[in-house]
This record gives sequence, structure tokens and C-alpha cells, in this order.
Amino acid sequence: MSQIETGQTENSAEKKPYPLISVRNLSKHYALRSGWGFKPSVFKAVEDVSFEIMPNETLGLVGESGSGKSTIGRAVTMLNPPTSGVVAFEGTDLTQQSERQMRAMRKRMQMVFQDPYSALNPRMTVGDFVAEPLLIHDIAKTAAERKDIVAELFRKVGLEPRYMARFPHQFSGGQRQRICIARAIAVKPSFIVADEPIAALDVSIQAQVVNLLQDLQEELGLAYLFISHDLRMVRYLCHRVAVIWKGRIVEIAPSELLYGNPLHPYTRRLLSAVPVPDPAIERARTRLPQVSGLTEGPDCHALVEAEPGHYVAREALGGGA
Amino acid sequence: MTDITSRPPLLEVRDLAVEFADADSVVHAVNGVSYTLREGETLGIVGESGSGKSVHVLAMLRLIPMPPGRLAGGQVLFEGRDLLTLSDPELRKIRGGSIGFVFQDPMSSLNPSMTVGRQIMEPLMLHLGMGAEAARKRAIELMDMVRLPDAARRIDQYPHEFSGGQRQRIMIAIGLSCRPKLLIADEATTALDVTVQADVIELVKELKREIGMAVIWITHDLGVVAGIADTVQVMYAGRVMERGPVDDVFRDPRSAYTLGLLRSLPDLTAPAGQRRRLTQIDGAPPDMRFPPPGDPFAPRNRYATPRCLTERPPLEQAPGAAPGHLAAAWYDLPSVLAAEALS
Amino acid sequence: MSVLSTPAPAPSAAARERSPFEEALRRLVRRRGAMIGLAVVVFFIAIAVFAPYVAPYDPTATSWLAVRKPPTWEHPFGTDEVGRDVLSRVIYGARASLSAGLVSVALAVAIGLPLGMIAGYAGGFIEAALMRLTDAMLAIPFLILAIALAAFLGPTLTNAMIAIGLSATTIFIRLTRAQVQSVKVEEYVEAARAAGATPLRIVLRHILPNILPAILVQATLTIAAAIIAEASLSFLGLGQQPPDPSWGSMLNTAKNFLSQAPWMAIWPGLSIFLAVLSFNLLGDGLRDALDPRHRN
Repeated sequence: MSQIETGQTENSAEKKPYPLISVRNLSKHYALRSGWGFKPSVFKAVEDVSFEIMPNETLGLVGESGSGKSTIGRAVTMLNPPTSGVVAFEGTDLTQQSERQMRAMRKRMQMVFQDPYSALNPRMTVGDFVAEPLLIHDIAKTAAERKDIVAELFRKVGLEPRYMARFPHQFSGGQRQRICIARAIAVKPSFIVADEPIAALDVSIQAQVVNLLQDLQEELGLAYLFISHDLRMVRYLCHRVAVIWKGRIVEIAPSELLYGNPLHPYTRRLLSAVPVPDPAIERARTRLPQVSGLTEGPDCHALVEAEPGHYVAREALGGGA
Repeated sequence: MTDITSRPPLLEVRDLAVEFADADSVVHAVNGVSYTLREGETLGIVGESGSGKSVHVLAMLRLIPMPPGRLAGGQVLFEGRDLLTLSDPELRKIRGGSIGFVFQDPMSSLNPSMTVGRQIMEPLMLHLGMGAEAARKRAIELMDMVRLPDAARRIDQYPHEFSGGQRQRIMIAIGLSCRPKLLIADEATTALDVTVQADVIELVKELKREIGMAVIWITHDLGVVAGIADTVQVMYAGRVMERGPVDDVFRDPRSAYTLGLLRSLPDLTAPAGQRRRLTQIDGAPPDMRFPPPGDPFAPRNRYATPRCLTERPPLEQAPGAAPGHLAAAWYDLPSVLAAEALS
Repeated sequence: MSVLSTPAPAPSAAARERSPFEEALRRLVRRRGAMIGLAVVVFFIAIAVFAPYVAPYDPTATSWLAVRKPPTWEHPFGTDEVGRDVLSRVIYGARASLSAGLVSVALAVAIGLPLGMIAGYAGGFIEAALMRLTDAMLAIPFLILAIALAAFLGPTLTNAMIAIGLSATTIFIRLTRAQVQSVKVEEYVEAARAAGATPLRIVLRHILPNILPAILVQATLTIAAAIIAEASLSFLGLGQQPPDPSWGSMLNTAKNFLSQAPWMAIWPGLSIFLAVLSFNLLGDGLRDALDPRHRN
């Protein structure tokens, strides 16, 4: 087998030169409470995860609940800092920043959350809410200037600026998510972590939000880390996809390679379970019941480049590696 | 599919209307829903939040809080008896007896302080008058049936000792315990991971073959409906917009709302880079305190005719569609789309 | 620059431009019990403020000619054991009782709210220390603690207020901490962190406005308890000192003449009852009006 070995700390030379964000050996462990003086056990929510995101690129993180995908998003943004590893963002290692330095860095990276109902402060007008990052990062000098910027942001996400004086309870879920997105782009970030941004929305509204995210990417040159369990939407929206299983990346590849030629048994099982809105396909399909065919051994979790750009955990490749 | 339409009806819903009233307004949640479910049929009901898809089934078994909810009219005939006028004791015999339920959240639908065995046994003893020993034996069988491993031992465990998918299987076991003629699943797999969801759907399909029950599967996921339903019913603003055999509705939708739902999903058949942009349905569902006079979807529908805004279309056999494919629309969607493709 | 072809529609027509505060106010106005409570509270506050203008007599003026006279047109509430007009004393007594209620609760909130917010937001050692302290104080019943503190500080109305206020502080520390803990896990607080907001900004702009309703409800209910506490302290001689009137001290004197001059006890007793009931009604109404479950 002609696989190019890539240790997780090394960077293969042919990659495009400057990733926007480079995550190396990221781990997040939690100490579990244990009784009567035993050594506390450790829950490894995320273990030795590495990936990069290029400017203007969308990386999808897929996995099931408890896989650690949300933990990765929160560790990358230092909302819940990692136990170990490096998060290099625009050349700065975020894990080495002080609280104050990190607050300043947040101007460049923003977050969009899952639940647009709890993501808005119920006692703040949506205009104030969108304007808040401008205030925090001292971007607009005067209130009038801020108001102009907010009006422009409202138009950009498809909301009428005259709604600025209203409170969140007067908006639908889709509108709230647009408000959150307006706030996230207010400070002109280069990177947005979107943690299940469409999971709480109705199907017809999901399309609105996904289209908006795509349009903004094109217009503002944003990079996204798109965390989702909706594998079809991830295939549609993301340039590359990483599959998270038990806190590790088991496969990472450009979307079409991953969906067209899934190599890891878990990826295959996951894809075989996705419902397809076509009765004929649904009747014909077979689902893979279990993950099987994994090999164990030292280094079994290391990612191996199986085809250009397509990395998979060595455990999936059988005895050959 | 033809054999289903020839089967005797099990559930007939006629003009069901449900309202929720508070101090200053009335929300018209369900507005004249009618349909027939036949024995052994699987009906998939899709719609977004506020479409009335869940409320109408809860209301027909009088499971909504009243007040603020109230039944504003209609009949629900189950095996010929009107559920809306049955006495409470008679209705209780049907709930959990000949009609089984599976709800969305297996965590809050199971009593955390009771072993799962007791919770499966309860309806057996209540509805079928089984003794404790017989019920326990049957409960173990049921747990085997829903593929819970090691049932004889795990029957005495508590809900927290099971995973989310296993708890949902327990809910299904409870729903199926009295060999219901009808199983109602309300977003039963929405909270589950896709792999677990796939297992649960396979399980329900197998059990259907074994028991021959009818199923009402309520979901917002068109993919799930495609996989499980014989008949699909699309609801919006408390009304049925379209209903018909699942293949016909997906291939040849006659309601612009159904079309909009299908087109808002990514079409992954085209190669990357040549895929069409998601077609979004702009706007938002109507405020059901003030239901619009015409087709409720008309304000968001770019194919709407002037008549759609003022007059409510009846749910009728769609012209040129498969028999039993009904739609509520004044426009003829295939010809509108053909004209659009030409221009 | 719009990236969407059609702007999203207006939010529902019926809920235009109303803030959560206005919504709550509307709900409050519709609750009859709360409105009656509010009316009585306003009435008591008015007579307390305008006591010199509404009281027919000097509340401390004695008259040996009119000792323990039952209600007459001249003295509608009767007179007490040294011939003072009970109506005037009840009116002036409202000053002591209401200010004891308001001032002590203001004190309790002023201390309890910041401490509770620090405990709830910062957590760790500070929280543990504060919680052990409040646990210790909560082990002693509210009234007993107030009596002990008042006795320690010395018998004046001001000291009674301080004693009541300090005793009630624990309620607000614990409530604030619990509220902060539930609000700080909301996604909008997380969102504020993600936007780079400082802890101070998060606390003042995102947490405080969302916990104030609960604090307001508790404060209203605690005022009722504080009025009873002041009456109890004064009844024991630890509050308002003679000859100045307070409802509690009037009851203290009246207890000696219950059979001969029941009116001396009835009017201040009734006033305490009404004031406490109204604050409770108002607090319950506020709780319902501000309850998020009523929000859509």
C-alpha cells in the first residue's frame, strides 16, 4: 500500500501555505468525581484531534451526540479551553493567551449557537444585541454610527432595520438565528464556529439560514467550522468534512471523497443510516448495523492519507498499514 | 399500495378543529382536518412546528390540557366509535390499549423511580387484566421483541441504566404491549442519533409485519417519512395541504408547500459544484390567532393565484395524479412548473 | 447589499414594540388581586407620607379627659390608655411600619444582591465561604435572628431596621446566587463571552436584567415579612420607642387592655394584617406576571 504517513503533528508539505486556523493534538479531559479517595478517573471527551481550516473554507464536523464534536468547537474558541494541544489562529497560539488578550482575539472569531431561543438576551433589544460586539471592541465611535452599522447588518441578513427596537420574543426561530448571525459578523471576523446552527429550526427555515451562511462566506471571505449531525446538509455546505467518533477524528477528507468513498467503518455506518427523502432509495438501501473490521494496535488511531487529501484512522485499513 | 385502499378503515377523522384560548386571543391550531387511516396502513404526517401535526393527534385522544385547549368541532371515529364523545373510563381503555403511543422524549416519558419492567407491565395488567406473573413474562417477551438484549435480567433495572436509544425501545415496547391496532409515534426518533433512528425505524417496520398494526408517524423529517410511510400527509397551519401514496407525493407534489419542503433540502444527486442552491421558503407561517381567509400558504407561495388569497381550496383528488393523491390548491402545480421551465 | 431576495416578514402584528417589561406590566394590570394589593399599598404609603395632613390629632398628645374612650365621631378609632387618638397613632404608625419594611428590605437587597452575584458568577472559594455563612444564618429562624440582633444593637427603630435587614440578607444572597447560576448557562451569556465581553459587562448587561424580576418578587414578599418583624420587635419593646407610635408597639400596650378597650388592639392589628396581605397579593401577582412560562 502506498500510503503517505503523516504523523499528526507534522504538516504535509504540499498543503496550501497558510491555514487560517491550525489545531494540533487537541485534547479535552474531564476529571470524574469518584468516591472515597480513589484516584479520580478521567473522561476523555476529545483526544488528540488535529485539523486545519483555510481562509474561506468550511470544515464540517459530524458525529453523534456525545462524540465530542461540540466540545471541539468550544475548545477551539477557548470558551472551554482544551486540556492540551495547540490552537494556532492567524499565527497566534490561543492556548497561550491571557483572558484579556483572548477577549481582543474574539474580534476575529465568532460563534453561532444551536438554540436561537436561548441565544438572545430576552431583555435586550435585538438592535442593542447586534451592536454589542461593536461596543465591546470599540469599533463605532458614536451611537449614530453604531446604528448605521447595525441597520446595514440587518439588511445583510435579510431583516428590516426598523425591527431594531424590538425584543427577541417578537421574532421567529429563523429570524432569531439571523439576528445571531448579524451579531457574529458585526466585527468582521475571519472565522465563525457554527454549532448546530440549523438543528433547532424547521426544515423550510433551515434553507434560509444555510443560504445566508453561504452568501456571507462568499461576500466576506469567512471560514466556518460547521458542527452538525445533519449529514446531508454537511455534504451540501462543507468543503471538507471530519467524522468524529468517541472523541477522535476517524476520517477527514474533502466532502465528495468522504461521502463518495467512505473508508472508516464508522463513517460507512453513519452514512448508511441517513434517511434520504426519496421513497425508492429508502426501500432499496441496506443499513450497516455495526461497526466492524477495526484493527487494534499501537498507533491505530493515527490518521493515514489513503488518497490525496483523504485521511483515515489506521484502524480502518486492516493489516496492510 | 392498492391493497391498502381496499382495507377497512380503522380511524376516521372528520373536520377536527382544536383551539387554544387565553385571555385575549384564540389560537386556531387545527382547522378542519379530515382523513381516513386503514388497517395496517402507515401514515407519515409531516409539517413544521405549529402545523397542528402533533396537536391534532393529542387532541383526538384528549391528551391536550383543556383549558386552554378545546375541541372546537369534528368527529374521530376509531373502529366506529367517536373518541371525542367517549366517557373518560372508556377512552382510558383505548389509550395505551388498542392505541399505543411513543413520544419524542424517552427521558421524560419514563418514570425514573420505577423499573422498566413495571412500566411495561402496567398497561398489560391495566388493559388486559393480566396477573403479575403473566405480565412479567409478556414484558420480557416485549423487551426481546424490541431487541433489548438480556431482557430477563434488565427488566428490573431503572430507566437511567439504559441508553437513549434503548429507552426509546422501551417506550416502543410499552406502546406495543397491548398489541395495539394503531401505534402513534410523535417525533419518536427526532432526539435520537441517526444510527439509532435507523435501528428504531427498522424495528417498527418489522413489528408492523409481525403484528399488522396501523401506524401514524409524525415527523418533520421527509427522509424518515420516505423510509417508513405508505401514505404521506403534509400539514400546514392546522390544515392538510396534500395527502397521497408516498411515492406519488414525493415524485409529483401538487401542493406548492410540499414542493417547497422538498426543494429546501439539498439535492445531492448532482455532482458538487453543479448543485442548485437550496430553495428557501421565504416568510413565516401565519399567526394562527388570525388565520388567513384563503390558502394559508398563499402569502409565501410564488405560484399563488389571486383566488388563493381569498378563498380556501378544498382537499380534493389532484387532476392527473394517482388515485388517492389529494391536494388543496387552486393552481395546478405541474402546469405552473412546466410553464416556468419554458420561460 | 441585501443577500436575500425577500426580507423576512414582520413579527406578528399583535405584539408590536412591547418590551418584556411592558408585557409583564400588562399582565399585572389584569390581575385583580395584585391591583387591589397595589391600591392598598399605595394608600398606606400615601397616608404615611402625608400623615401630618391627614391625622386629626397629634399622635403623642395625651388627654386625661379622654382615656380609653370607645370610637366616637370625635375619635373614630377611639383613644388609648393616656387619651391619645388611636386613628392618628395608626396613621403615624404607618410611617414606622412601612419604612421598617422598605428600608430593611432595601438594605437586605443592597447587601445580598452583589454578594449573591459574586457567589453565583465567580464560584469557587468565595462562593463556598458565602454559602456556609448563609447556611449558618439560615439555621436560625428569621424572627429569632432579628430579635437577637436588635437586642444586641439596642432598642431603636433604626436598629430594628438594621436587624431585620441583616436577617433578611441571606434570603437575597441565596436567591441571587441560584438565579445567576441558572442564567449564566444560557446561551446568550456564552454568546457574550464568545463576543469578547468582560465579566463585568456580562454581569451587568446580560445577567442582572434577567434576574431582577425574581429579586423584585422576593423583595415585595419580604417587605410583608419585614413589617411583621418590625411589629414583633416593637411589640417586644425592641423597635419604635414610646411615645412615638408604631403598629407593633401599639399592640404591645393594647394587650394590657384587651377586654376593656379592644379598639386599641383592633385598628393597629387590622392595619398590619391589611398591609401584609396587600404586599403578599402584590408579590404573588408580580410573580405570575413575570413568570417566563406566561411568555410565548
